[in-house]
Amino acid sequence: MTAQTLYDKLWQSHTVHMEDDGTTMLYIDRHLVHEVTSPQAYEGLKLAGRKLWRTGSVVATADHNTPTDHWDLGIQDPIARTQVEQLDTNIKEFGAKVYFPFRHENQGIVHVIGPENGVTLPGMTVVCGDSHTSTHGAFACLAHGIGTSEVEHVLATQTLLSKKMKNMRVDIEGAIPRGVTAKDLALAVIGKIGTAGGAGYAIEFSGSAVRALSMEGRMTLCNMSIEAGARAGMVAVDETTIQYLKGRTYAPKGEQWGRAVDYWRTLVSDAGAVFDRTVTVNAGEVEPQVTWGTSPEMVLSIEDRVPDPDKEKDAVRREGMERALVYMGLKPNTPISQIMIDKVFIGSCTNSRIEDLRAAAAVVRGKRKAANVVLAMVVPGSGPVKVQAEKEGLHKIFIDAGFEWREPGCSMCLAMNADRLQPGERCASTSNRNFEGRQGTGGRTHLVSPEMAAAAGIAGHFVDVRQWR
Amino acid sequence: MDKFTVHNGLVLPLDRANVDTDAIIPKQFLKSIKRSGFGPNLFDAWRYLDEGQPDKPNAGRPLNPDFIMNKPQYRGATILIARENFGCGSSREHAPWALHDYGFRAVIAPSYADIFFNNCYQNGMVPIVLKASEVDQLFHDAAAFPGFKLVIDLGEQAVAYPDGSKRFRFEIDAFRKFCLLNGLDDIGLTLRHADKIKAFEELRRAEQPWLF
Ligand code: SF4
Repeated sequence: MTAQTLYDKLWQSHTVHMEDDGTTMLYIDRHLVHEVTSPQAYEGLKLAGRKLWRTGSVVATADHNTPTDHWDLGIQDPIARTQVEQLDTNIKEFGAKVYFPFRHENQGIVHVIGPENGVTLPGMTVVCGDSHTSTHGAFACLAHGIGTSEVEHVLATQTLLSKKMKNMRVDIEGAIPRGVTAKDLALAVIGKIGTAGGAGYAIEFSGSAVRALSMEGRMTLCNMSIEAGARAGMVAVDETTIQYLKGRTYAPKGEQWGRAVDYWRTLVSDAGAVFDRTVTVNAGEVEPQVTWGTSPEMVLSIEDRVPDPDKEKDAVRREGMERALVYMGLKPNTPISQIMIDKVFIGSCTNSRIEDLRAAAAVVRGKRKAANVVLAMVVPGSGPVKVQAEKEGLHKIFIDAGFEWREPGCSMCLAMNADRLQPGERCASTSNRNFEGRQGTGGRTHLVSPEMAAAAGIAGHFVDVRQWR
Repeated sequence: MDKFTVHNGLVLPLDRANVDTDAIIPKQFLKSIKRSGFGPNLFDAWRYLDEGQPDKPNAGRPLNPDFIMNKPQYRGATILIARENFGCGSSREHAPWALHDYGFRAVIAPSYADIFFNNCYQNGMVPIVLKASEVDQLFHDAAAFPGFKLVIDLGEQAVAYPDGSKRFRFEIDAFRKFCLLNGLDDIGLTLRHADKIKAFEELRRAEQPWLF
């Protein structure tokens, strides 16, 4: 048999049917559902008089629209409340394997709760009406975002019509320097291949640096593959994967655990498997990254200066840079470390897991937020992350430093709730998108790691965490 | 779903690369539980000078006179041309809904983000890929000739000038083309294979019971 990539294996093992032109009906194992992209899908089912194909595949939570403070008051925004209540109604009517509604102790960001509860398992196809579904690829899943019509299609048929993507390997080799994180690796990869570099590909992250990452780090890396244009990113199964899953609520137990693990160990690319494209990154050369513009590919290291569009030869790119600089209120050649910030956001499905909060807390311990920083907020990714952090006293460290400690949710990653930037405000954010208006109309986002965001909150401007003490 | 066969329409040239879904339809409008009504908020932050809200009427909001969509000669445009990586960012189908609701029936660009590209098909809208040089030509002619129109013939897989002076071929998957030409709903088509899905599922349940 020819050597297969991990993606080839996942694709083949889920193919139900293929049309002549290659359009393939893929079986879907896990369907994650949240309030924003599902109401129209459930409505479509109702209008057509269709049933849900398999209730047991659905795992749902409310995260995008929920507030991160004053949970006792419920959801104040009536339009957001309607949407969240609509999800309650739909789940009640159609059913789900697991549902963590607003204020449930396990509620959280959809991409945090999946792995945390063991409902994301190796070898699965995982879909969700959310582009950061790529996060689950860290568990050797074929996981990607889908649109609402596709959500309806999966609810009704348990399959997705899809075409096979090409294989890309991103090989990150070498020891990761102190102060450099999975987030910096992800941003460095995006800076290298561009936001469209991965379009049409499924990425497998490999190499010694990836093997050395925790599951949290691998999730951060896979999460950002969509920002490199790839719908899906993945990492092969190894001991780290298996240890993470052991004992999780919905992970297999007893005799099934052994069988599952035996199978999971096969979820690696075969030696000699062919990739359509390979990108290599030397982890040792990666420095803490900071985005300066309005696309994640507009990224530089903390030691760099804001670029000068006059030096860009390509006209479309130059115009994009000029527009970004105006929007971001930045002058060419300004050192990145001199950019002053107004707000800090530590959270999102990219960086809101316990490891992220520990890293940020270690930076702020015993220090105070800078006077020019009007708000620094820490938003844990889920109820269990919050409980764990509080057990370790991390919340105290943040609060003592003048940071706010919030309830879990998407929060200022996309600013659908009350957490947002005011026009012109500048934010050091651990989220994944720095698009115009993403964190609030007119808001200016700089994407960084949790350590870098925390340090910027203390210093009032970006600083090199490698020199932090 | 609407059928798409031949479409003759006015072109709106949006000369930007990496137009993201947050720009196409900002997140505050994602709170809606409906599929329609997004047209007035298409490109909201670029189109208006104030901030739009889902519960705020759009009539009377101050328009940004510099944004191309607000120029009178482009009123009624149904074909959007743009630069590479159009529709990058989130999976929100609200983006194609907004484009469609405004009146667009096709987008022409050198490349698209994958999820947006798929979402278009679900809504009777065609995302057409032309070569960068061909898109350049379209931008040039759209600027040079007021009222520049194009004819999209899906059956022939061609984008043509109404006077026949230029014609560009495009590729499309046979399955997608078939669905668009006939206005077919994917779910109905898939359910014809319900037995196959059931059989596949049973096998999977036997082999990997922990998935169920
Ligand atoms: S945290 Fe941000 S990126 Fe992640 S699911 Fe929520 S809104 Fe999307």
